[in-house]
Amino acid sequence: MTIKSLGNPFDGDQTLIHSKQCGCNDCTNARAGSDSELPIVSDQRQVQANDGPADSEAMLDRAIESAVVRSVFGHNDHSRRSFMKMMGAGTAAALVSSVFPLDKAKAAVKDSLGKLEKTKLNVGFVPITCATPIIMAHPLGFYERYGLDVNVSKTAGWAVARDKSLNGEYDASHMLTPMPLAMTMGAGSSAKRFIMPAVENINGQAIVLHVDHKDKRDPKDWKGFKFGVPFEYSMHNFLLRYYLAEHGVDPDKDVQIRVVPPPEMVANLRAGNLDGYLSPDPFNQRAVWEKVGFIHILTKDIWEGHPCCAFACSQQFASENPNTYGALLRAIIDATQYSQDADNRKEISEAIAPKNYLNQPVAVIQQVLTGRYADGLGEVQNVPDRIDFDPFPWHSMGVWILTQMKRWGYIEGDVDYQDIAEQVYVAGETRKVMEELGYTAPTETYKNHTIMGKTFDPKKPEEYVQSFDIRRS
Amino acid sequence: MASTNVRAALLSVVFLVLFLGIWEFGTQVIAPQENLSEYEMLMGGADEEARVPPPSEIIQHAIYELSDPFYDRGSNDKGIGTQLAYSIYRVLTGFIGAMAIALPVGFLIGMSPLMYKALNPYIQVLRPISPLAWMPLALFIIQDSEKSAIFVIFICSIWPMLLNTAFGVANVREDWVNVARTHELSPVRTAITVILPAAAPTILTGMRISIGIAWLVIVAAEMLVGGTGIGYYVWNEWNNLDLASVIFSILMIGVVGMLLDLALGKAQSLVEYKE
Repeated sequence: MTIKSLGNPFDGDQTLIHSKQCGCNDCTNARAGSDSELPIVSDQRQVQANDGPADSEAMLDRAIESAVVRSVFGHNDHSRRSFMKMMGAGTAAALVSSVFPLDKAKAAVKDSLGKLEKTKLNVGFVPITCATPIIMAHPLGFYERYGLDVNVSKTAGWAVARDKSLNGEYDASHMLTPMPLAMTMGAGSSAKRFIMPAVENINGQAIVLHVDHKDKRDPKDWKGFKFGVPFEYSMHNFLLRYYLAEHGVDPDKDVQIRVVPPPEMVANLRAGNLDGYLSPDPFNQRAVWEKVGFIHILTKDIWEGHPCCAFACSQQFASENPNTYGALLRAIIDATQYSQDADNRKEISEAIAPKNYLNQPVAVIQQVLTGRYADGLGEVQNVPDRIDFDPFPWHSMGVWILTQMKRWGYIEGDVDYQDIAEQVYVAGETRKVMEELGYTAPTETYKNHTIMGKTFDPKKPEEYVQSFDIRRS
Repeated sequence: MASTNVRAALLSVVFLVLFLGIWEFGTQVIAPQENLSEYEMLMGGADEEARVPPPSEIIQHAIYELSDPFYDRGSNDKGIGTQLAYSIYRVLTGFIGAMAIALPVGFLIGMSPLMYKALNPYIQVLRPISPLAWMPLALFIIQDSEKSAIFVIFICSIWPMLLNTAFGVANVREDWVNVARTHELSPVRTAITVILPAAAPTILTGMRISIGIAWLVIVAAEMLVGGTGIGYYVWNEWNNLDLASVIFSILMIGVVGMLLDLALGKAQSLVEYKE
């Protein structure tokens, strides 16, 4: 296989983007060539024809050249190509290296990364917009930039993602922020130490109700409702329970909360199996698009800046392959920061909408990522931070999640909140990588959070649990 | 005789055309309106709820998919032919594995009433378990989703083969076995030269039932595990609520299931005999 986005960046005839309808040699061959039975030989010829890198050393060189050239042109492939055509590759290469010490940069990056133990990786994702950084790092070439050949593998739900991570089929995976905590403690799975070096997204979820319930906007009217959440150990479950309980509705007695994989939410809402759900996008917006539901409240209005999904891997993978783990983490943090920029959101929407990734209409993804959306009630809303991306794993967020697991009886007995949160949420490593890549990282790892007007102090977790009237512990 | 056949075929075609015609006109899409407000654009048009696509759309989609059945646009987006090939590979692997166990054990049970009585309780308990119920356990123990899917096929296709083999072997005519005994054939030779040909039609019936069940189960198993295969394809399209693709893949599942059944039916007719 060739790595498509590692084409020669100094070649004006070659695109580095490779969209779905891309007409370059590689893409047309890949599209037409899969039915041909002339594998290896023609593949090699293709590599030569495209002048792609031959081994991992060359690949890394090319990745760095590519990163530099791409950034010179502000990631605009069109202007890069017209510039290269005008200048000719040799002149351009000389020009770039005269202002930017390419050779030194290459050496520096290789030194700091060390030799990669493993370049071919399997990373799992569940097809939702929360996974945006993990997914878009693939079509937009963030993994390749760090010399990794990552296969992003679509997964049907979180139970499967958990099992495939536990058995090592996935080197790392998209997870929900509570999952690595639960897996490390052995709650709802066999205990294995997992670490979570990066949060993917903050905000970005919503409570959706069936269109028949347009007149029931007060949660007190929801008794007897059936709600869907994507997984037991999810922010969705904990936020929905919190929201209901704050309105005096007992989530275990007054309503039914069912676990439904996100892709099946809309179909279940249409069929009347669910009255509503708190689920990841694009399935909230998709329900509006299909005219079966409306957006009752965005989760950012429950807890502004709450964490949702995460990038996680086993401790074993990180310690056995420290350099690969480091490169992967850099790619993810880079991609997360790139997703943070509102200007990039449209490009990302188009990159992750195809069948290979989310398999959703671009118009739906765009409404989610840009925050200009129809709410299903006849209004166009404009909420630019409807979903946002921030990799820093606050320990206080981990502690909050643990207090809710305690509150609803998912874990029992004495919990050493801080200790577990600090073991799993490796904020120190995240900070180091963020600073190395030139992003600003917070110096603290604990802060107070405000959830529906109530302040959570991470230093007093047990008191916090006891402060709720509706609880199971 | 011939005229009945012709007329029946003609009638079949008429039914099909009638059915598709009613479907086509029943689901006419409203022409898109002009001058949509921004809200209507964000809602995906002003018309009411999504509907089942008309047959013309499905046929169009089928032509599009079948014109390039083996495309590869990344690890999560492969052509329908590739997906079917994955599923068939899994079904055949699990099925052949089941055959390797079911036939010898079936012979043993069929030839020895003692073994039959000893193993029967286990078979009766294990047989009615839904094959998908094994999936979580298989994933946990085997630690590999690909092998787990094959295991599920294995476990669901073993029972009809095992029971039919045992039944067929136990019901071989007493006289034939006696003849073999008077010729002083060893038990192994008796099994191969006398019992096997005599029980073959029953055994093949079991195999035919098995492959049918295996094909039913693989779709569900792949929807659960994901990655590749026709079940994953259906799931991926369901994800996008793309009913044209779902209906097209349902048709493809039907066609392949029929071909598998026909193949075993052919094999069965080869071993039929008249007494």
